[in-house]
Amino acid sequence: MTQKGDVIIGLEVHVQLNKLQSKLFCGCSTAYHNSPPNSHTCPVCLGLPGSLPVLNRKSVEYGLRVALALNCQVQQETYFYRKNYYYPDLPKGFQISQYDFPLAVGGSILIKGDDGERKIRITRVHMEEDPGRLVHAGTIDRAKYSMVDYNRCGMSLLEVVTEPDMRSPKEARAFLDKLRTILEYLDVFDGDLEGSMRVDSNISLAGGERAEVKNISSHKGVEKALSYEITRQRNMKRRGIRVIQETRHFDEARNITVSIRTKEEAHDYRYFPEPDLVPLRVADWVPEVAASLPELPDARRESFVSQYGMTDDHAKSLTSDIKVADFYEAVARESPPRLAAVWIADVLKGELNYRGLTIDRFSRQDMVTILEMLSSERIAEDGAVQVIRALLDQGGLPQDIVKARKLERAGDQAVMKAVQEAVAECSAALEDYRKGNERALNFIVGQVMKKTRGRASPTEAFRLVKEAVDRMDA
Amino acid sequence: MISREDVEHISWLASIKIADEEKEEFVAKFNSILEYFHELDQLNTEDVEPTYRVVDLANVFRDDLSRPSLPPEEALGNAPRRAEGYFKSPRIV
Amino acid sequence: MLAKLKEQLLSGSAEEYLQGLFDRIEHSKLNAFNALARESAVSRAREFDRQLWGGALAGVPIAIKDGISTRGIETTCSSRILRGYIPPYDAHVIERLKAEGAIIMGKTNMDEFAMGTSTETSCFGPTRNPWDLDRVPGGSSGGSAAAVAGGEAPCALGSDTGGSVRCPASFCGVVGLKPTYGLVSRYGLISYANSLEQIGPLTTTVEDTALLLDVISGHDPRDTTSLEKDSYLNLEEGVCGLKIGVPDEYFGEGVDPLVEKSVWEAISRMEELGASWQKVSLPHTRYALASYYIIAMSEASSNLARFDGLRYGHREAEDQDWHTTFSEVRAAGFGKEVQRRVLLGTYALSAGYYGRYYLKALKVRTLIKEDFQRAFQEVDLIASPTMPFPAFKIGERIADPLTLYMADVFTVPINLAGVPAISLPCGFSQGLPIGLQLIASHFQERLMLRAALAYEEATPYHLQTPEVAA
Ligand SMILES: [Mg+2]
Ligand SMILES: [Zn+2]
Repeated sequence: MTQKGDVIIGLEVHVQLNKLQSKLFCGCSTAYHNSPPNSHTCPVCLGLPGSLPVLNRKSVEYGLRVALALNCQVQQETYFYRKNYYYPDLPKGFQISQYDFPLAVGGSILIKGDDGERKIRITRVHMEEDPGRLVHAGTIDRAKYSMVDYNRCGMSLLEVVTEPDMRSPKEARAFLDKLRTILEYLDVFDGDLEGSMRVDSNISLAGGERAEVKNISSHKGVEKALSYEITRQRNMKRRGIRVIQETRHFDEARNITVSIRTKEEAHDYRYFPEPDLVPLRVADWVPEVAASLPELPDARRESFVSQYGMTDDHAKSLTSDIKVADFYEAVARESPPRLAAVWIADVLKGELNYRGLTIDRFSRQDMVTILEMLSSERIAEDGAVQVIRALLDQGGLPQDIVKARKLERAGDQAVMKAVQEAVAECSAALEDYRKGNERALNFIVGQVMKKTRGRASPTEAFRLVKEAVDRMDA
Repeated sequence: MISREDVEHISWLASIKIADEEKEEFVAKFNSILEYFHELDQLNTEDVEPTYRVVDLANVFRDDLSRPSLPPEEALGNAPRRAEGYFKSPRIV
Repeated sequence: MLAKLKEQLLSGSAEEYLQGLFDRIEHSKLNAFNALARESAVSRAREFDRQLWGGALAGVPIAIKDGISTRGIETTCSSRILRGYIPPYDAHVIERLKAEGAIIMGKTNMDEFAMGTSTETSCFGPTRNPWDLDRVPGGSSGGSAAAVAGGEAPCALGSDTGGSVRCPASFCGVVGLKPTYGLVSRYGLISYANSLEQIGPLTTTVEDTALLLDVISGHDPRDTTSLEKDSYLNLEEGVCGLKIGVPDEYFGEGVDPLVEKSVWEAISRMEELGASWQKVSLPHTRYALASYYIIAMSEASSNLARFDGLRYGHREAEDQDWHTTFSEVRAAGFGKEVQRRVLLGTYALSAGYYGRYYLKALKVRTLIKEDFQRAFQEVDLIASPTMPFPAFKIGERIADPLTLYMADVFTVPINLAGVPAISLPCGFSQGLPIGLQLIASHFQERLMLRAALAYEEATPYHLQTPEVAA
């Protein structure tokens, strides 16, 4: 379907700085999720007559952190402008936004592209306030009226604008995944909260007009919306219909994009400097903010490889989410690092994913205990998997689960008995071995495993079988 | 010179409906006021910086502390129409 | 006057005094008030009579322009679109007044959204001038000035975007002051043109204006453009040794000869008191009006966008699609002059015109600001008429917006430059008060008040009251 190379995608990503305590211009709490509508508002964010905005210092600091992590240049002086337009979710009739004078410009990040690593250029990063939220009685095109909740209104948003550097919906998604990883590393963002990242995307086929698909709220949604849009534009092209430049809305339920705003296409935002806010000079803050930046995903991935001796794939998997990376490092301090990498990246992450859970659900101490039981060969690999699953599904303690489910490896005596029996029973295999067929011993080990119902460690069983045979021959 | 079409476009942008019979009056008044504004064209301001604000301040902030919001009944208290704790807005499309 | 009133309230009854004012207002023809906070004010006065609390304005009733937010009291800006709006919060100045023991008595009439020079565009009907009921009180803080001049309130607050405190002070024969931009927090003042406006006092004497300014000024963290204050009390240093500038551009053509004469007499009076005067030049004065109106309309077009009948205010129309509904609500809720300014401001900011109008006006603003900077290198104060003529008749100028705008010619340059100015009575023309305007450099309110006080003490004009106040 997608011909390589002719798809051009650029993104405008609205990121809520939801790790802040208060909104961008007022003291309302950012913890409005799961609260009744309009319970987190004040004269400022409701736009009551006479109220005035006062800028949250930490919003700027967080903005700078992101700008630097995206390798942008911070501007000497920036301003807030008013972007004037009417909409029921916009209480003042304008949005306060940095327009011609963004906080930072000209950055880039690396993503996993369709053909290897790809650099996506960041045009700019600017700050603005979030509008409120509209709840439609029914679907957007059929509702008799809308209901407005201003709890979200005034939240600090960072708008990250890219150059049209992505060549497929998959790359767009890879960009968003990487951006989210970085933002969470910076501790300015929690991507699990509803509406925390919203995407507008520009998409065109080479030589054609571009369409803007607005307000997509999930990474999966972006991939779907863009794929739909490519098909739509391609079909039009094939039928000789010109694609017009327009704004479209992604209907998540129907998985299609629909055209919105016809007359409103003639935007005229009448930008002018916000008279109620003074200029922002932040260039001097840069060294301090730069010094406080944590190790970012790419750097951490490299250091995982060199410090813990794990594979690059494991390092990548473990560093793609800061919570997983922190979990790993905490566990690796008390366990064999390579074993921990395998078990966390290959097993635990998979089990969490399968259940739609995050790493917070799993105790670091439990992981350490499981790895300890594994390396002391108290449980087998199969048993360890069972413990992890049980912990996620029922909870409890690893030790109790091992006991209750009889996952403990067979004790020495039981194994010794099984070895003696197996050696005695497998005279043919013994004969082969004595003739020089080393692999014949494996058959005997298999018998031991059968007799112990898998609770013996294969390496241990092999060692014991070999010992017994060697003793017979001595 | 402003035309009737200009007035219609501005009316749309400003979200103020102008009745048909009033449009001509707006056109006339606007043009006489704009003509007066054009007095400024006599001044050469090429090398003049604009004055956006008369106080010379920069970097004025508040700390990131959350303060109590309005009780919802006060936030909604002035709304002409409301429903289930929401402000009721005319339909979107 | 307020000092005397405070003594009187301590020994007598604040409740009685306040009831007296309310009775007077009830029988008044001035239409100075939009809303009276009778219940809350009387109960507060009663409380004062029991507790006799202290404070710079202990027990003193004060009238507030209806563009300043008052918790629990309807605040409309004299506009239909805000009818019924009751703010859930107090403006910073109201908090300050209450903290100093004052009693908020009610909200005064004004030009709708402060857009006017005559208080004729109010949805509550025009306020009348206490000196001649057929004449306007000036605007936009006409209700506040009329209430003070007419003896309906001992003091009041107004707001001044292009002369809206000084013009009515001049027309009604009271004292009114526009502070340096940034001296008084705008938190709670409903914005008309935020880069120009300040809240200011209206009183019968310079000393009272100074006292009120001392209470309401000072840094407020909720207004990022607000700054620290000086003290405005004990102003006995006088005018001796001060250099007063007289700008040619503020005299001559278009100025009523009696107004000119009174202002020159005032300058001579100050000379007798030890000041000296010299000519100064403010060469860009003639461009101030156009620059002012472009900036004010542009900012207003954005400030007034929030009035859509969704969160507060008036929404009569049947709901249709949101844009149609908003457009109808705004058409029905805003008066003609407000619509005109919002529409013209929208035009001035729109694509393709920003540079020609808004940016150009801001550059001219720079030139006007520099005019003042140059002048204040030579002189301490500038003296001029506040208004080119005394109060005009109701209905006389309202039909033609441009003629009305011209009346602001001596007041708007001050707002463009952000400097402070005061208007105080300096004579009469056929029974109508004339205002003297003194202008100072940024944050030189103290010096300005000193000179004003010295002049006032040497003249009788502030002691004269209109018949209706008797
Ligand atoms: Mg945006
Ligand atoms: Zn708020």
